[in-house]
Amino acid sequence: MATFALPVPKRPVSCTGVWGWITTIDHKRIGALYGITAFILFVSGGIEALFMRAQLMRPEMALVSPEVFNQLFTMHATTMIFLGVMPLSAAFFNYLVPLQIGARDVAFPRLNAFSYWTFLFGALILKLSWFLGGAPNAGWFGYAPLTGLQANPGVGIDFWVVGLQVLAVASLAASLNFIITIINMRAPGMTLMRMPMFTWMTLVTSFLLILAFPVITIALLELMMDRFYGMNFFVPAAGANPVLWQHLFWIFGHPEVYILILPAMGIVSEILPTFSRKPLFGYPVVVLSGVLIGFMGWMVWSHHMFTVGLGPVANSVFAITTMAIAVPTGVKIFNWIGTMWGGSIRFSTAMLYAIGFIALFIIGGLSGVMHSSAPSDAQQQDTYFIVAHIHYVLFGGAIMAIFGGIYYWFPKMTGKFLNEKLGFWNFIFVFGGTNITFFPMHFLGLDGMPRRIYTYAEGMGWDFWNLVSSVGSFTLAFGVLIFIVNFFYSLIKGKQAGADPWDARTLEWSIPSPPPEYNFAQIPVVHGRDPLWEQKHGGHHTVPVAGGSVGEGHGIHMPQPSYWPIFTSIGLLVGAYGLIFAWPVAVLGGAILMIGIYAWSLEPVNEPDPAHH
Amino acid sequence: MAAAHAEEHPATTTGLDHRKLLIWAFLASDCMFFGALIATYLVYYGKSLVGPYPQDVFDIPVTSVSTFVLLMSSMSMVLSYSALRRGNIKAFRIWLLSTCILGATFIGFQVFEFNDFVQHGLTPRTNLFGSTFFTLTGTHGAHVTLGIIWLLSMFFYSFKKGGITPAKHLELDIAALYWHFVDIVWIVIFTVVYLFGVFEGF
Amino acid sequence: MADTKKSHAGHNDAGAHADRSDFVAAGHTPHVEAHHPTAATYIKVAMTLVAITMVELLVFYVEGLGKGIIPVLLVLSSIKFALVIMFYMHLKYDTRLFSMLFLGGLALAISVYIALLALFYL
Repeated sequence: MATFALPVPKRPVSCTGVWGWITTIDHKRIGALYGITAFILFVSGGIEALFMRAQLMRPEMALVSPEVFNQLFTMHATTMIFLGVMPLSAAFFNYLVPLQIGARDVAFPRLNAFSYWTFLFGALILKLSWFLGGAPNAGWFGYAPLTGLQANPGVGIDFWVVGLQVLAVASLAASLNFIITIINMRAPGMTLMRMPMFTWMTLVTSFLLILAFPVITIALLELMMDRFYGMNFFVPAAGANPVLWQHLFWIFGHPEVYILILPAMGIVSEILPTFSRKPLFGYPVVVLSGVLIGFMGWMVWSHHMFTVGLGPVANSVFAITTMAIAVPTGVKIFNWIGTMWGGSIRFSTAMLYAIGFIALFIIGGLSGVMHSSAPSDAQQQDTYFIVAHIHYVLFGGAIMAIFGGIYYWFPKMTGKFLNEKLGFWNFIFVFGGTNITFFPMHFLGLDGMPRRIYTYAEGMGWDFWNLVSSVGSFTLAFGVLIFIVNFFYSLIKGKQAGADPWDARTLEWSIPSPPPEYNFAQIPVVHGRDPLWEQKHGGHHTVPVAGGSVGEGHGIHMPQPSYWPIFTSIGLLVGAYGLIFAWPVAVLGGAILMIGIYAWSLEPVNEPDPAHH
Repeated sequence: MAAAHAEEHPATTTGLDHRKLLIWAFLASDCMFFGALIATYLVYYGKSLVGPYPQDVFDIPVTSVSTFVLLMSSMSMVLSYSALRRGNIKAFRIWLLSTCILGATFIGFQVFEFNDFVQHGLTPRTNLFGSTFFTLTGTHGAHVTLGIIWLLSMFFYSFKKGGITPAKHLELDIAALYWHFVDIVWIVIFTVVYLFGVFEGF
Repeated sequence: MADTKKSHAGHNDAGAHADRSDFVAAGHTPHVEAHHPTAATYIKVAMTLVAITMVELLVFYVEGLGKGIIPVLLVLSSIKFALVIMFYMHLKYDTRLFSMLFLGGLALAISVYIALLALFYL
């Protein structure tokens, strides 16, 4: 292959130290980077929430001003959705999918690294807004014309618009990567219907991502055209219709919530069988339900707009489609219960979280079905009833599953168990805290308390439950703190874990903990679902269980690290700030981006003579 | 025994190259992208409070010529790829350069047209028509421009020894798919924006 | 879109060996394209595209049809669209997986955006 003598530093070969992490293209390291970064951002979103709960603890408090409160609820939601749940899920996709399908990495390792750095820089653009002129303040859904230049001349919305577009690039790149990886890199014999459920949900989620993100990208682009170049997309004085923003946003926004929950459902579908010592009940039906949810998720978006005045026909249609989507969701729940039924249950922390997910997600789902009736929603919309629903499905749902996943796969990633005793108390405080914080919000909503208000008058009848909810939020925070303690404690002093500490079922447990760089010394040949279980208890001996012996894996060449992914990402970061502040800087960013793309294209996928690591 | 080398073209589950799958998945995504812009244009069609309106500025004969140019660029693109597959490197380069020139001609027409519209009082800030029209066709034009840069890069790279060979046709195939996609988006835009522009607001 | 994910489904678990249609022997990436159109075909397609464009112009300038030209133009441009996809982008001759991927995305875009437009005209 032709090589140019580029006037640039030689491609790195070392995997050690900070430079090793900066240039890594190993999916396991990238997964770890996503996980750590996302968890820190999740905590920052939690702190934003705690400020709000402190402010709302009693009527007419003045802990924060209304202006700051607006920024708090905007940043809390934007952080939790885009910088919390999504990248935490991405951490799992990155780490696990190649291991579950018997591959050595993803289809495009450098693109994978690029996705992470772009995500990090998008997160920086959003979070640094607090310190650079003001955070966005118009809600995570940014309804126009409140986000327009006339109503919102400050720089906060600019950070939001640009930051989210950068994040969209990261998500798009990552999802394309996972689609190709899952379709094209499965071990021999692993047909689609033999894949682990987490990988299946990753596939569905990735399709949702590549099809939904372009829509919000255009909405943001149009808003940016209005704000930066004086166009009229959402300017009522020019005849624009603000409802167009809402439609474009929710055409993205509804698939987005399935993007948030499907990976969590995938995690739960892995944990339950292991700790029930039974295969997932109704695997094909669970797959079909996941696919149906992904498909039907495109048909319900205007249920976020029931009170906008779309008319009875529109409202009826979307009410019916929304009720319909509860069906595949319910089917999954029955299958999870069926998995546990008659099983030999072990109540590890991971299992507690998985069961907690089912309970709390059911509650969130029930309030969701209540919203699906347009007349009911007329009362519930924009009240705390919706806030209750959101948090039951996203915290009681997605976050609980993610915690469960961390307890489940931490031994694989580190070779150590998270402490189960601390884990139990972590779970108790998180589960209890979740319910104490969010259950009262149902009452507050039904009692008429609107969303996004920075305070409320005495005598509205809202005092008691707000107090309870706030106390709950601090309980919840304490639970998260226990987790953080557990994490660091276990990293240092955790009990050793082998390759298969839970007696599990899928391929990732057939290799050492932590896995070697090349994952599998020998690519397994798969004969059915749960291939490891089948081998342990069935008899087929074609999943080589790695012994970690010296010389094993010798001769496996992995692609070398590269610094072009982060370099190219930096182009996006610089360009983004340039767009907001000074166009010459945007040009510079564009130049860095182009140089990065060229250099990346000219760098071979694999060097002809890789050095031994 | 354990020697599975990371090859240039390792075995894949479907037998297809990763990059080919990637471009098709990306184009599926791009359908949603352009669809949103076209939908915005159509939602706001006929809703501008002030002119100029489409009938005031569109010059269908001129745009037909630029449409013809872009269609021909798709033909030259596929002939370039075909020549490469057959091993005719000279023809491959000529057709590839032709594609770039035709693409640049199209952009030239766009620039001319945009200028013409501005002379007639239509800018992106004037009204809804201006905003939606210029953003839609501007985004399309940006895609074309990126495509020209991509193809031109491949043209120059082909002069490097062993840069592009019949065996390495996949890289050109992917660039060609992108180029054709940009052409079919224009087919939609020409019909829905220009030809329908004769109506005052359907 | 739902179809794409089931493209390899339907193998039952009773089988004892790796499914041959899924597994490709190491190092061998088979040619997927069974048939290649000739340069003549490509030029014929180009001529057809030009011809259809000229018909569109003709229709456009015919006064009598009024709003009737809308369906006519949509059909004509759909034919052009299909010709480029099938022949120039080679979908007619390639594996069905590419068609499912791309047409899935296209179908979703058309459905969602028509629904969106309908909501504005209801």
